[in-house]
Amino acid sequence: MIFLVPDFPWEIIVVALPLAGALVCFLWPRHASLLALIAALGVAGAVSGLGWEITTHGPQRYAIGGWGAPLGIDLYSDGLSLSMLAISALVGLGVSIYACGYFDSQKARHFWPLWLFLWAALNALFVAADIFNLYVTLELLGLAAVALVALAGGAEALGAAMRYLLVSLLGSLIYLFGVALLYHGSGSVDIMILAQRVESGPAAWTAMGLMSAGLLLKTALFPLHFWLPPAHASAPAPVSALLSALVVKGSFYIFLRLWLEIFMDLGASPGQLVGILGAAAVLWGGIQALRQTRLKMLIAYSTISQLGYLFMAFAITGITAWTGMLYLLLSHALAKAAMFMAAGNILHFGGHDRIAELDRVAQRLPLTLAAFSLAGISIIGLPPSGGFIAKWLLLEAALDSEQWWWVVVLMLGGLLAAGYIFKVIGHAFTQADLSHEARAVPANMEWAALTLACAAILLGFLVPAVTLLIDIGSPFDARYAG
Amino acid sequence: MIVASSANLYALVGVVLFALGIYALILHAHLMRKILAINVMGSGVFLVLVALAVKGQGIPPDPIPHAMVITGIVVAISATALALALMLRLQLESGRDSLP
Amino acid sequence: MNWNSALPLLIVGSSLLPGIVIFFLAEERVVARTALNMTGALVKMVLVGFMLWGVYYGEQFEIRIPMLPDLDLVLRAGPLAMLLVTLSSVLWLVTTIYAIGYLENSPHRSRFFGFFSLCVTATVGLSLAGNLLTFLLFYELLTLATYPLIVHRGTEVARLAGRNYLAYTLAGGALLLLSTVWLYSLSGTLEFTTRGFLSGLDDTHHPALILIFIMMIAGLGVKAALIPLHGWLPQAMVAPAPVSALLHAVAVVKAGAFGIVRVVHDVYGIEFASSLGVTLPLAIVASATIIYGSLRALFQVDLKRLLAFSTVSQVSYIALGVALAEPVATIGGLVHLVHQGVQKITLFFCAGNLAETLGIHKISEMRGVGRRMPWTMAAFSIGAFGMIGAPPLTGFVSKWYLGSGALEAGLDWVVLVLAASSLLNAAYFLPILHAAWFKSPPDSWPQEHKFGRRETAWALLAPTLITATLTLILGLFATAPISPLEWVRFIASRGFTP
Repeated sequence: MIFLVPDFPWEIIVVALPLAGALVCFLWPRHASLLALIAALGVAGAVSGLGWEITTHGPQRYAIGGWGAPLGIDLYSDGLSLSMLAISALVGLGVSIYACGYFDSQKARHFWPLWLFLWAALNALFVAADIFNLYVTLELLGLAAVALVALAGGAEALGAAMRYLLVSLLGSLIYLFGVALLYHGSGSVDIMILAQRVESGPAAWTAMGLMSAGLLLKTALFPLHFWLPPAHASAPAPVSALLSALVVKGSFYIFLRLWLEIFMDLGASPGQLVGILGAAAVLWGGIQALRQTRLKMLIAYSTISQLGYLFMAFAITGITAWTGMLYLLLSHALAKAAMFMAAGNILHFGGHDRIAELDRVAQRLPLTLAAFSLAGISIIGLPPSGGFIAKWLLLEAALDSEQWWWVVVLMLGGLLAAGYIFKVIGHAFTQADLSHEARAVPANMEWAALTLACAAILLGFLVPAVTLLIDIGSPFDARYAG
Repeated sequence: MIVASSANLYALVGVVLFALGIYALILHAHLMRKILAINVMGSGVFLVLVALAVKGQGIPPDPIPHAMVITGIVVAISATALALALMLRLQLESGRDSLP
Repeated sequence: MNWNSALPLLIVGSSLLPGIVIFFLAEERVVARTALNMTGALVKMVLVGFMLWGVYYGEQFEIRIPMLPDLDLVLRAGPLAMLLVTLSSVLWLVTTIYAIGYLENSPHRSRFFGFFSLCVTATVGLSLAGNLLTFLLFYELLTLATYPLIVHRGTEVARLAGRNYLAYTLAGGALLLLSTVWLYSLSGTLEFTTRGFLSGLDDTHHPALILIFIMMIAGLGVKAALIPLHGWLPQAMVAPAPVSALLHAVAVVKAGAFGIVRVVHDVYGIEFASSLGVTLPLAIVASATIIYGSLRALFQVDLKRLLAFSTVSQVSYIALGVALAEPVATIGGLVHLVHQGVQKITLFFCAGNLAETLGIHKISEMRGVGRRMPWTMAAFSIGAFGMIGAPPLTGFVSKWYLGSGALEAGLDWVVLVLAASSLLNAAYFLPILHAAWFKSPPDSWPQEHKFGRRETAWALLAPTLITATLTLILGLFATAPISPLEWVRFIASRGFTP
C-alpha cells in the first residue's frame, strides 16, 4: 500500500485550524478546553505534515487563492520557519495541557479563544513571505498577547498590559513606516524580490533602521526592554510561558529573516551594534535577575538576558554562530516555558512567589522543582542540554573568528545564570515547615512543566537532526559564513 | 523628484505627524493622550503610504499601498478599541489614568 | 550494536537507571530501594569485571554517539580508564552498604540515593570518556549530582557549604568549557590520543596553548583540590559521612586528578607538555599542595576536617606523578589513585562510625576509643599508616615509585617533599592513634548508641573492614599479577595509550 501524503495546503491548515478553534471555543465555552486540546493536537499534526513535505520536497511556496505575488499573498516555509512552527507546536501543546488545570472556568472562557488566536497569528507570522503580511501578523500577535496579559485582572497586570500595548503599537508603526519606505524604493513587498532589488542607499538604510528599531523594541533588546519584566511577571503563568517562549521570538524571527535576506547585503555593520546591545542585555539581565525577590520577575529578567545571546550571533556571524543562535532559540523556548510553568505551580501551591520563602513550598513539589532545575540547566548552558549545545556553538564561532570579548560575555552570562538559578534551587533543600494552607497542584500542571524541561535537555542530543532541518532552503546561506 | 511635488508635500506632512506622534507618546502621561498619539502616528504612516503611491499626473496611482492603508486602518481601529477598553478597566481597577 | 559497543553504555546505565527509578520511590519503600541500589552496584561490578578482562586481552570497547556537528560523545575502555572505573565500582558497592546503614531512618533517603547513583554514573562516565567533550559532560554532571548530596541535611551550614561548592566548581567548569572549545577551535579534534593531539600545531599557537593548559589545570584543579582552589573541600565535610567518603575521597577529587592525567598525557602529550614548560610549574603547585594540606591538617580539631586536608595533600601525589614527566613517577602517581582511594575511604568510614556510634566529631574526644571500638580503630590505624607511607602498606608503594621516578628525572627536591609529607602525616596521625589505643576512655561518650554486644551496626562495620583489608592486601601483594600496581605497569607498558 503506498502511503500518500496528500498534497494538502499544510501552511493554510496551520493558520486556519487554530483560528477556527478559537471561534469554536468562543462559541462553546463549556467544552473549550477539550476543543482547544483537539485543535492543539491538530496543529501539531499539521506541522508534522508540513515538515514531511519540506523534508522531502524542499522549501514550499504557496500562493493563497492562486493569485500569487505581488498582488496576492504568498506563504513560504523553509527549514527555519519549520523549526519555529515546530517549537511553537511543542510549547503550545505543553501550555495547553497546563492551562487545563490552571484556569477557573470564568477565566478559561476568555483564555482559550485568545490563546488560539495568538497561535494562529504566530503560525501565520512564521510562514509569511512578504513584509506587509508580517506587519499584520505582528499586530495580531501583539493584540492577542496584550489581551492575555490583561486576563489576570488587577491593577498591576492591567498596567503592565497597557504599557505592553503602547509599546507594541509603537513598534509596529515604526516597522510599518519602514515597510512603506522599502516598498517605495523597490516596488515590492515580497521578501525574495526585495532581496534582489534592494540597493544600498539612504532610503534603504532609513528603512532598515526603522524596521530594526520597531522589531528590537518588540523583542525587548536592551535598552528597550523596560516593558517586558512587568508584563511577563504579572501575567498568569501559562501566559508568561507563552510570552517569553514564543511571542518575543515572533518579532525576533522577523528581524532575523529581514537581516538574512535583505539587510546583510546592504554592507553596513550594524551587526556589531546589535551584538553589543545583546552583550549588554546578557549582563544587565543577569545582574537584575540576581537582585529580584519575586520568582516570576527573576524568570522575566532571565528572558532578557537569554535574548541578548541571540543578538550576539549577529555580531559573531558565520554558520556556526547562526546554528548556535537557533539552538538557543529552540531550547530557550522549551526551558523558559517550563520555568514559568514551574513558577505557576509554586504560586498555585503556596499563594506567593517570594524567593526568600520558597523553602516552605519547593520541597513539597519535587516534580516542579525537578522541572525548574532541568530547565535551569539548559538556561545556564550546562551539559547535557540544548542550551549547552547553543553555548558551545557560539563559543566556537567566537573563538574561530578570534573575537575574544564575546567569549568573555558568554562565560560571564553563564555564571550569572548559574547564580540566579541556584539561588532558587538552593531553597529546595531546607528543613522549613509549612506555615500556611497549601493547595494541591493538579498532576497535569506538574507533568507539563517537567515534560517541557526534559525536552530542553533532550534537545541537546538531537543536534544532527536539528541542523539538518534548519538547513532546508538554506536560509543561512553559505555566502554568509563568517 | 520634481514630478508630483504635492505628493511629496503630503509625504512630508505624514513624516511630521509621525514624529509629533512619537513625541506626544513619550511626553504625555495621560493614557488618553498616549492612545491619541498612537493614532496620529498611524495617520502619519498612512499618509506617507498614500502619498508615495502617487506616480504622476494622469497615471493611476499604485493600488498596493492603498490596500496596505486600508488594512492598516482596520488594524488601527481594533487596536484603538482594545486600548480604550484597557484604559477604562485600568481606571476602574486602580483609579489612575496614567501608567504606574 | 554489538556487545563491545553496548558494554560501556551498560556500565554507565547500571547506575543511571536505578537512580532515576529511586527518585520516584516513596520514602517507606526501604526494601525496594535497597534492592535497586544493590542490584545496580552488583551488576556494575560484574560488567566492569568483564570489561577489565576484555581490555587485558586487547578487546576494543567503544561507543560513539553524535553530539555536535563533527564531534561525538565517546565512551572508550582503555587501560587507564579501567583503573578509575574499577575503583569506582568496587567502592560504590561498599559505600552503598555503608550508606544504607548510616542513613537508616533519616529523611529524604530516596532523594539521597537517587543523586548518589547519579554521582557514580557521572564518575564512571568521565572515566570511560574517550574525548574531552565527553569528559566535560560527565564532569559537569558530577558537579550537579554532588550538590544535592552536600546540602542534603538542609541546615544553614550545609547550604552555605553547597553554595561555596557550586561557586568553585561552576567557575572551574566554565574554565574547562572555554579551554575545551578553544582547543577544538585550534586543532579540530578532541579525541584522547597517545602523546596528545596538540603537538602538530605550529609555534604561533604555543602561547595560547600554555594559557589553555593553565585554564584547564585550574578548572580541573578545583575538583582535584590543588591550592588555592581547595577551599570548598573542608567545608563540604558537613555532608553525611558516606558522601564525604565516596565523593570527596574518591569520586570528585579523583575526577579532577584523573582529568589532569588525561590532559597531560592524552591531550597535550607528556613530551609536548614538557617542551612547553608547563609540567614543572604543575609539579611545583602539586608539591606545594602536598605540604600545605598536611600543614593545615596538623592544626585541625575536627576529625573530618583533618581528613579533608589530608585528602587535599594526598590527591596531589597523582598530579605530581604525571607532572614529573617520567614513567616510574607516573606509575607511582597513577597507582596512588587507587591506593589513596581505599585508604581514605577507610578513614572516612571510621570517622562516620565514630560519629554515629559515639557522637565523636573532634579528635580530642577520641581518647581511649580503641577499647570501645577496636575493629574500627584497627581499620583506622591501617588507613593512617597507609597515609604515612609505612611499608608494606599501599601508601608506601606509591611513595616509593614517586620518589624513584623523581630521582630518575633529576628532581631530587621532590623526594624531600615526599619525606616531609610522610613526617607531617605521622605528626598528625600518630598522636590520634596513641590517644585512641593507649589513653583511658572518658566516663561517657558524647552521644552513645548501643548496638548490643557489637561495637557498631553491621552495615557500618563491614564496609570499613573490607576497605581496610583491601588496603592491607593491595599493599602486601602489590606485586601480584592482579594488583593495581601491576595494572598500572600494564598501562605503562602499553605506552599510556588512552
